[in-house]
Amino acid sequence: MGNLVVEMKNIRKTFPGTVANDQVSLQIFEGEIHALLGENGAGKSTLMSILTGLYKPDCGEIYIRGEKVDFKAPKDAIDRGIGMVHQHFKLVKPFTVAENVILGLPGKQFIQQDEIVKEINHISEQFGLKVDAGAKIWQLSVGEQQRVEIIKMLYRGTNIMILDEPTAVLTPQEVGELFRTLRSMADKNCAIIFITHKMHEVMEFADRITVLRGGKAIATKENKHTSSNELAELMVGKQMSMERKNAGGELGEVVLKVDKVCAQNDKGLQALNNISFSIRAGEILGVAGVAGNGQSVLSEVLSGMREATRGKITLNGEDITNKPVQSIIDAGVAFIPEDRGSTGLAGNLSVIDNIMLKEYRCKKFSGGIFMKDKAVRTRAQELVDTYDVKIPNIDCPVKMMSGGNLQKLLLARETSFGPKLIVAVYPIRGLDIGATDFIHDLLIAEKAKGAAILLISEDLEELFKMADNIAVMYEGEFMDTIPYAKANVNEIGLLMSGVRSGTNG
Amino acid sequence: MAKTKIMLEKRLTVPTSVKAFVPIIAIFLALVATSIFFIVGGKNPIEMYIEMFGGAFGSWYGISETLVKTIPLLICALGVSVAFRMQLYNTGAEGQLYMGALAATYVALFVPNIPTLLRLPVMMLAALLAGALWAFIPAISKALWDVNEVITTLLLNYVAILTVESLLFGAWKDPNGFNFPQTAQFDQSFRLPAFGTTRIHMGLVIGIVLAVILYIVFSKTKWGYEIRVMGESKRVAVYSGMNISRNIVIVLCLSGALAGLAGMSEVSGVSGRLIRSISDNFGYSAIIVAWLARLNPFMIIVVSFLFGGLLSSGSTIQMAGLPASTSYMLQGTILFFVLAGELFIRYKVRFIKQEVE
Amino acid sequence: MSLALIIAVLAAAISAGTPLLFSALGEVITERTGVQNLGLEGMMLTGAVMGYIAAITSGNPWIGFIVGALGGGALSLVHAVLVISFKANQVVSGLALTIFGQGFSGFIGKSYIGVPLPVKFELFRIPVLGDIPILGDILFKQDALVYFSYLLVPLIFIFLFKTRAGMTMRSLGENPAAADALGVNVFRMRYFYVFVGGLMSGMGGAYLSLAASPSWLENMTAGRGWIAIALVIFSQWNPMRAMMGAYIFGGIDALGYRLQTIGVTFSPIYLKMLPYILTIAVLIFTTIMSRKKHLSAPEALGLTYNREER
Repeated sequence: MGNLVVEMKNIRKTFPGTVANDQVSLQIFEGEIHALLGENGAGKSTLMSILTGLYKPDCGEIYIRGEKVDFKAPKDAIDRGIGMVHQHFKLVKPFTVAENVILGLPGKQFIQQDEIVKEINHISEQFGLKVDAGAKIWQLSVGEQQRVEIIKMLYRGTNIMILDEPTAVLTPQEVGELFRTLRSMADKNCAIIFITHKMHEVMEFADRITVLRGGKAIATKENKHTSSNELAELMVGKQMSMERKNAGGELGEVVLKVDKVCAQNDKGLQALNNISFSIRAGEILGVAGVAGNGQSVLSEVLSGMREATRGKITLNGEDITNKPVQSIIDAGVAFIPEDRGSTGLAGNLSVIDNIMLKEYRCKKFSGGIFMKDKAVRTRAQELVDTYDVKIPNIDCPVKMMSGGNLQKLLLARETSFGPKLIVAVYPIRGLDIGATDFIHDLLIAEKAKGAAILLISEDLEELFKMADNIAVMYEGEFMDTIPYAKANVNEIGLLMSGVRSGTNG
Repeated sequence: MAKTKIMLEKRLTVPTSVKAFVPIIAIFLALVATSIFFIVGGKNPIEMYIEMFGGAFGSWYGISETLVKTIPLLICALGVSVAFRMQLYNTGAEGQLYMGALAATYVALFVPNIPTLLRLPVMMLAALLAGALWAFIPAISKALWDVNEVITTLLLNYVAILTVESLLFGAWKDPNGFNFPQTAQFDQSFRLPAFGTTRIHMGLVIGIVLAVILYIVFSKTKWGYEIRVMGESKRVAVYSGMNISRNIVIVLCLSGALAGLAGMSEVSGVSGRLIRSISDNFGYSAIIVAWLARLNPFMIIVVSFLFGGLLSSGSTIQMAGLPASTSYMLQGTILFFVLAGELFIRYKVRFIKQEVE
Repeated sequence: MSLALIIAVLAAAISAGTPLLFSALGEVITERTGVQNLGLEGMMLTGAVMGYIAAITSGNPWIGFIVGALGGGALSLVHAVLVISFKANQVVSGLALTIFGQGFSGFIGKSYIGVPLPVKFELFRIPVLGDIPILGDILFKQDALVYFSYLLVPLIFIFLFKTRAGMTMRSLGENPAAADALGVNVFRMRYFYVFVGGLMSGMGGAYLSLAASPSWLENMTAGRGWIAIALVIFSQWNPMRAMMGAYIFGGIDALGYRLQTIGVTFSPIYLKMLPYILTIAVLIFTTIMSRKKHLSAPEALGLTYNREER
């Protein structure tokens, strides 16, 4: 192992209501790939944001190559050779790759595009990071954008590279490519830190692993002296259940039928491309795919929030294509949107107001003009109790709740009116194991009641646990739909990158 | 060496004491800041403030004049607050007020044979419609194409004022008015009754009743619930099947209608005829009032009264030899400090002492 | 209409459009960094009155122009403090600026109403360019400030789109978090460019009271600040297009006076309304067109940036 390059000692960082990091210490050496493993909310991202000068720690010390540092802004960290590739890329979309790479750097006022392109090409060849330096960011795929982020850091002479959940948006094949690049960087004496909650990546690619749990650093292990079982236990503090939730069962009549539907995204580009599928009562159709291949657009079209430019959607034989959202809700479609905090729930409104979002028009809760205050309150209290949502009282704004409780509240509302179809997009994103289990159990219970469920996920593990059939979405269409029993990760991975088995040599 | 770092923490709940004290301190600081201009103008600011306060609130006559100014502020601010609830910035209350006044004047002077009992209601209705109509183009273009309503509503103020001027200098000019740009006096049956010998008129009751109605609408009704959701998040509103476009039009037009009503209350309750200076920038001050009152209808009553005092003390200011615009300057300064003060409502500010070697 | 008259109208259009141009250019700069300053009207009035007073007091129009610019700049700093440091609502802060600016300019300008300006910016013909037939008479027989604005437009264009500093600045308006992560000081830069925008708005006001219609009247800008904001949207945040828009609106202004002189009977009140109505129409049209083409304002326009927001 090389020299000690990063040492963080007793770092503490609090946010209102939560302790994100508590007495965390971390050592990183030259030439290693170091994984920060932990569940969502374990404090990994916060710790790295402190190392990159984005957040200021409440207390604790940081040493870079033995020298004590006090980062006031990201620039101080960059000057020390620390660079971070964030989960949500920090790229300026209307700018070109080259412009993004040199952003914020001193240099000649009149930009010499050619020289920069040459330097970028040099870096990309050296590390196998293929990208067109003249392209605008918005024209690039997510994988390419990630490469731009890495080049951006290398261009700045980064030798301590941090990546936050770098594989979340990649196909399994792209993941392999990424880690080959990272290894070649480590071989040139860079220190690589990557944040993840995926066990297999850690075992496959990391030299050493630090496990975080509840804001504390639990342990640091060498890859060869540990096992995934040990790490999993450290990570969750108990044995992790990997068993399948879906117990099968008879499927009923077709509930949802989607026939050659097309739709556009916000930019006016085709995002759904003649997509056709159907879901039967009691069926969970899992949708795998790299984010940004039309999943959100599909969910919005089904829930009526976005217009279908072509095709037909029927629910139990009734045409619901481009019907107003209200009639689609009335027809029995529940929707668990991707961004629960900004689409599914309004943070500043009370629990009561949020619970009423779908049902406030019902005779039970409102008359011609006035809301029926008493019935509304009773309903809210009832749901909060049944679904065990933890809140001080039903009048407080929902922004005070944790992610798990928010999602419980959302599901309580969406499943309580007996939906015929549930569209769930990344329902467990950002949740801890307990909340994930709760959400999955709820969906399985709805399946047992005969609801058709469309489960869009970025987590193959979740799909293998839950789905009856797995469809793979790529560039606005389903590449294939495979029954759970016949599905395997490798094939799905290939489909996610647009390759049909047989066509790939 | 010790260094102090300032850290901001977003508040999850706001203590009532903070909500109450921050605006009071903000207004106090605004008064302190404005005293610089009094000093420049050669006045003792403390004496000026005492005189202004005394003029506005120190006598029954002062209070009655303050209430006269409170009425249009109150009605306009209620109107502005309706739009603000949906995060629509209706900056056109001034123009809507002018159009309301114009429509009411038309009814009073040129519509024959209205039964006496219906005269005031018809005037009100005309003013409401005119205000709504004046907000309609900004409303429909906001709803359909998301055209910036701040600019459209504001520019229409100039058009409204010019329209009124063109009538006052032209077709509607009182032939017996010694060539003043004003209309003829309304018949008594077109005047809102006043209280006793004061100039305070029924508009005050209308304003207070409106505040109560709006409070009920926004806290108890289904539509109020929808507006609450839409004002908080457009996406959530779409998600739950609410029709945003339609409500943008309804809310902006309602906002304009109320401002129009304020215009009727001025011509019918105060001047008894349409005049050029029908509004003392009420439509603009209403924005400040609504914001200061945090859109709460009852707080709007209180803040309108305070601002009514500020406007009525304009004569005190002028008598002291300072221009009338001093009052607008003071209003702008108050809004500056109130805006700055909101940081302390939304965030907890922590000062952290750190040792630096 | 005779050719001479057309030339006179067009030359007057340039002069009448120049206050709009200065202010709109300033707002292009401000908005490109993601900050919206709707207080142009207030800053222009402040610039107009301060410029006027300074010119009278010093007897030098240039000092007037500079003081006017600084007046607009000073007011814009209030906006910067409120929306950048105090994270206040940008729309309401802009309105506060407008209300304050109206009051303040009325306050300090009271005793200058009707006082004539003893000095002014002389028109002069630029050698060679001024000799171009027709165009020379329209474009190159103006005052020094108009020539200054001719220079500003391409300079700002080049700065925005060709230089490193301009690129950094535009990134603030598109994705401040990206710029911040790369060590760009988002707060300091936004302060700076809001101030620059304010300076130019002050220039617009000062040009109005010192050159375009040399006088001081309360609220003499008469909505020009708001028209300039609409022009920024019309220009799609591009200085070249802002120039075009400013001269079109200047033309309407100029036409008003000339039509009367040649005896066209058109109620002057309707002519006065025309710029406002036309601005609304242009604003609606531009918004519809840019929606169709999926063009949009700087992505982060009007949003408060807060590094540690979760």
